[in-house]
Amino acid sequence: MAPAVPAVEARGLFRRFGAVQALAGLTFQVERGELYGLIGPDGAGKTTAIRAVAGLLDPDQGEARVLGLDPLRDPAVRERLGLMPQQYSLYRDLTVAENLQFFARLSALPRPVFRERAERLLGITRLAPFTARRADQLSGGMYKKLALACALLHQPEVLLLDEPTNGVDPVSRRELWALLHEFVEGGMAVVISTPYMDEAERCHRVGLVHHGRLLLEGAPERLLAAARVEGLPRPTFEELFIREIEGAAA
Amino acid sequence: MTGAPSAIVARDLSRRFGAFTAVDRVSFEVEQGEIFGYLGANGAGKSTTIRMLIGLLAPTGGAATVAGHDVATAPDAVKASIGYMSQKFSLYLDLPVMENLLFFGAAYGLSGQALRRRAEELLERVDLAGQGGVTTGDLPGGLRQRLALASSLLHRPRLVFLDEPTAGVDPVARRVFWRLIRELAAEGTTVFVTTHYLDEAEYCRRIGLMVDGKLVALDTPEGLKRTWVPDRVLVARGRGLTGAAGALRRAPGVKAVAPFGAALHVRVDAARLDAPAVAAVLAAAGAVAPEVEEAAPSLEDVFLAVVDRATPEVAP
Ligand SMILES: Nc1ncnc2c1ncn2[C@@H]1O[C@H](COP(=O)(O)OP(=O)(O)OP(=O)(O)O)[C@@H](O)[C@H]1O
Ligand SMILES: Nc1ncnc2c1ncn2[C@@H]1O[C@H](COP(=O)(O)OP(=O)(O)OP(=O)(O)O)[C@@H](O)[C@H]1O
Ligand SMILES: [Mg+2]
Ligand SMILES: [Mg+2]
Repeated sequence: MAPAVPAVEARGLFRRFGAVQALAGLTFQVERGELYGLIGPDGAGKTTAIRAVAGLLDPDQGEARVLGLDPLRDPAVRERLGLMPQQYSLYRDLTVAENLQFFARLSALPRPVFRERAERLLGITRLAPFTARRADQLSGGMYKKLALACALLHQPEVLLLDEPTNGVDPVSRRELWALLHEFVEGGMAVVISTPYMDEAERCHRVGLVHHGRLLLEGAPERLLAAARVEGLPRPTFEELFIREIEGAAA
Repeated sequence: MTGAPSAIVARDLSRRFGAFTAVDRVSFEVEQGEIFGYLGANGAGKSTTIRMLIGLLAPTGGAATVAGHDVATAPDAVKASIGYMSQKFSLYLDLPVMENLLFFGAAYGLSGQALRRRAEELLERVDLAGQGGVTTGDLPGGLRQRLALASSLLHRPRLVFLDEPTAGVDPVARRVFWRLIRELAAEGTTVFVTTHYLDEAEYCRRIGLMVDGKLVALDTPEGLKRTWVPDRVLVARGRGLTGAAGALRRAPGVKAVAPFGAALHVRVDAARLDAPAVAAVLAAAGAVAPEVEEAAPSLEDVFLAVVDRATPEVAP
């Protein structure tokens, strides 16, 4: 049997913006059914990496593959990949329900499937009582959750989420993570970037991005076990992050 | 009591939008120089409260004074005496850092050399010295937020409102940001702050917690923990916890089970369950060699207890 193609592959990505080397040889791979976290300081290159995988950015060197296909050139990728960008936008003058309907139409979801998924997502995001409210009258976190619900309607084989839970409260964050785990158990591959270290710990594997390349990669519990010093209390994931970043800066 | 007048006094402060009540008869006082945290789920009414307190939005009921001025009758005096960082980044991304500060300083009536000196001083203060020429949009998120903080301090307000100042900021940069907030408070500036990072809320002297427009709790972090999480809190680690959480939730004596990172926090009735008993339940339900130990309750445990009281248990 031929080896299965990885869901996502980034091979030696380089990208420069003026004086800034945003990506400097970034390489990682994500399998189907895997939840992969991209973490790292602000400006490390996480968004640039996600954009390259989504085919929205042409790297100077290296290449990205989604399900073995070239996201820049192969139109078949579009139906099999979902993306929630860090700078997303909704129709501010449409209601919650109308925004969901609009996104469902974009991905040509059959009506019964749409109805079932929308109901579930409205429950999870606790937006169900507010379907008639215009998007520009939502609170900051409600607006973010609506964008996330729109992105999750279409359940693609590969889902890219760029800091989807910024501004989302601790109760809703837990519910969204339960849903993501359900998706990956069903075989979806998810790449998520997040500044929350408790979320990083809930990924199957994380890559710590620093100055455009991976500083560290692995399963969170393995990374923590490796960082543990005999006789000292168990480090938290946040302490591990800070130690690595400060170590790399020194 | 010091006898100093309170920096903020809210009495039955309310705001309706049509038939919907976003803020419902909220009353509290904030003392001068204190860091006051304002927490709640999305849509609880935090930003709406702030917008009323800074004179941007008229209350539909009740009253508030901020820095001695009535928000309904003297909104301009309120605006002149406070600093505000909004939840949405409001500086110009295409302008250089220094130009942004000069622009916002002018809006506060500052000008000339005095304004430039003040802007330089603040850039130094927020660790952005020498970055005045950088295009604002090219700054990483954490630095942008520090610049927004600097812009809210140009006119030396004695009171600042920070609406989710660290949303999306990385862990290292969040610590730097909070060091700045604590320095400000140590100098006597009153800080009113919202956040969804509950670890940060530990830095607040007192915390107000909102649920559906109502202020349901107001106390020190320690007081909130005593009142809302009187139970024993256990932390469980190991493999297969997610699958075993359901069984644990149904065990007698278990009050709540919630994921915290890769671990579970389990609130139990101390008279009925201890760590070995919880480990046994988890192991019987399929967890692999679970390790369970007692933990001090955190503000996130408080938040889940308060906000989730009226709603179904959260699935892990
Ligand atoms: N279109 C662009 N033009 C110029 N510079 C850019 C552009 N996109 C990204 N950069 C720069 O590349 C670097 C990496 O940015 P990127 O947005 O990928 O970081 P990030 O890890 O996503 O950060 P954050 O956590 O703040 O979202 C930064 O220095 C950023 O300013
Ligand atoms: N102009 C408006 N018209 C109708 N409803 C509004 C308007 N502005 C705010 N609301 C509603 O008021 C409620 C409180 O919103 P607010 O922005 O104060 O929440 P918040 O606690 O700051 O939430 P978040 O954590 O998401 O920032 C929300 O249900 C919101 O949709
Ligand atoms: Mg980014
Ligand atoms: Mg808000």
